[in-house]
Amino acid sequence: MANDVYVVGTDMIKFGRFPERTVPELGAQAALMALDDCGLTIQDMQAVYSGNLYEASGGVGQRILREIGQTGVPVVNVANACATGATAFREGWMAIKAGVYDIVLCVGTEQMGAGLLGGGGGGKGIPTEGLLGSGTMPSVFAHVGLEHTRKYGTTFEQFAKVSVKNHHHSTLNPKAMYQKETPLEEVMGAEMISYPNTKLMCSVNVDGSAAAVLCSEKKAKELGLMGRAVRVRSSALTSDPYTSRNIAMMDFNAVTRLAAKTAYEMAGLGPDDVDLIELHDCFATAEIVHYENLGIAKEGEAGSLIDSGATALGGRIPVNVSGGLLSKGHPLGATGIANIYEVTTHLRGEAGNRQVEGAKIGLTHVVGAGSACAVHILEKA
Amino acid sequence: MSAAGAVKPEPTTKGVVPFLKIPKDGQPYLAGSKCTKCGEVVVGSRNTCGKCGAREGVEAVKLGTTGKLYNFTIVHRNFPGVPVPFISAIVDIDGGGTLKGNLLGVDPKPEAIKFDMPVNIVIKPVPQKDKEGNSYLSYFFEPQSS
Repeated sequence: MANDVYVVGTDMIKFGRFPERTVPELGAQAALMALDDCGLTIQDMQAVYSGNLYEASGGVGQRILREIGQTGVPVVNVANACATGATAFREGWMAIKAGVYDIVLCVGTEQMGAGLLGGGGGGKGIPTEGLLGSGTMPSVFAHVGLEHTRKYGTTFEQFAKVSVKNHHHSTLNPKAMYQKETPLEEVMGAEMISYPNTKLMCSVNVDGSAAAVLCSEKKAKELGLMGRAVRVRSSALTSDPYTSRNIAMMDFNAVTRLAAKTAYEMAGLGPDDVDLIELHDCFATAEIVHYENLGIAKEGEAGSLIDSGATALGGRIPVNVSGGLLSKGHPLGATGIANIYEVTTHLRGEAGNRQVEGAKIGLTHVVGAGSACAVHILEKA
Repeated sequence: MSAAGAVKPEPTTKGVVPFLKIPKDGQPYLAGSKCTKCGEVVVGSRNTCGKCGAREGVEAVKLGTTGKLYNFTIVHRNFPGVPVPFISAIVDIDGGGTLKGNLLGVDPKPEAIKFDMPVNIVIKPVPQKDKEGNSYLSYFFEPQSS
């Protein structure tokens, strides 16, 4: 359709640990790679949307432009928990959809330390971590997993299989932090962090950046970029709707279900139409619940879905063939756009030996604590 | 205005969270809010109802002192200085509201922990003090003796 929006250029840096580099340097690298991917320059961009969480008040978008060209275009800096990168992408999508711009650059960047996330107190009184239960992210997502166990009997082994699968996928992705097989015994025998999440079932804190150039149909045709263009069929963003336990036990299900429903409706598609998914496997337990939240498993059947191998490369609906957050790594503000890069690469047929054969439709999902969820559905143009 | 002239308040005993109330006369309790329009009970103080959006009729209530274990995790790795392992538990309070806290008196092993096990919600002093020397009361979950 005439007002459709397309990804015409996208790329990501290989995720890793780069303490000697700055956040703008990392962002600039991915931005230039995405521009090179479509043969354009920063002078062609009408606006820049920059996602970054840890330096949210630090004008990261403007500092990226100091590295690649200060053209004076509007810069919007976005922070939205683990949905930061996807929100920056969506802001760019909306601006083109609204007809304000024809072509924009979206970039997500994060530089992270190692160690546990979450669990911080308000700074008043005495620390409550370990006194009022645990607020670390491995614990929060252990609760998410064990709620599924409570309802459906999902086992430690089934959760662990997610890590086996995603680590295997990452051996095919040179841009992943790790390229290392982790057999089931190794995953289950790794240091227990918060039961049932062992260390190998927790995503990796890494530094990284990813970028995408978004373009209107008219402009893409004008520039001769339709050949490798990928259409954004839908973009959904949600905050957590009220559910009764959400304060004590963060509810990532309702917020994801609402985003998925919105995205499927906007695209006029259903879960059966999707050929591959990059979803928010910040912990192995999370991937299991999102099978049902995104509609690729019936209620209570996520455990048997991982058992069946359907979500592995070569299966019915491959999930996280990039290696996922578990093995590719999870630089918070970059993750949402890195997912877009992965799905776009498959829809273009350019994913090499991890290519999902014949992929026409792909879905990306991120969900952040607090909560924010973004779902995008992309289609080969 | 100098720090030297400031009067230092006497250390006192406080609730570990704002909703743990310590009345001058009477037993400490956990405070919640009940919406008289939709009936929802939540932990802590609210002016409006997060469920139905009602701006009037949200009443302060005392939360129950018993509940059922909805969910848990056993925490083996935490920040330096936090003793592990411990059980991080999610408890549905009888009468409404859900809390996260430590479950005491149960072996921190998955096979020892039963979903829906009835618990008492107990309030007691903790050894930690803040920088000003204030003492604290916290809440814990303990299995009800069968």
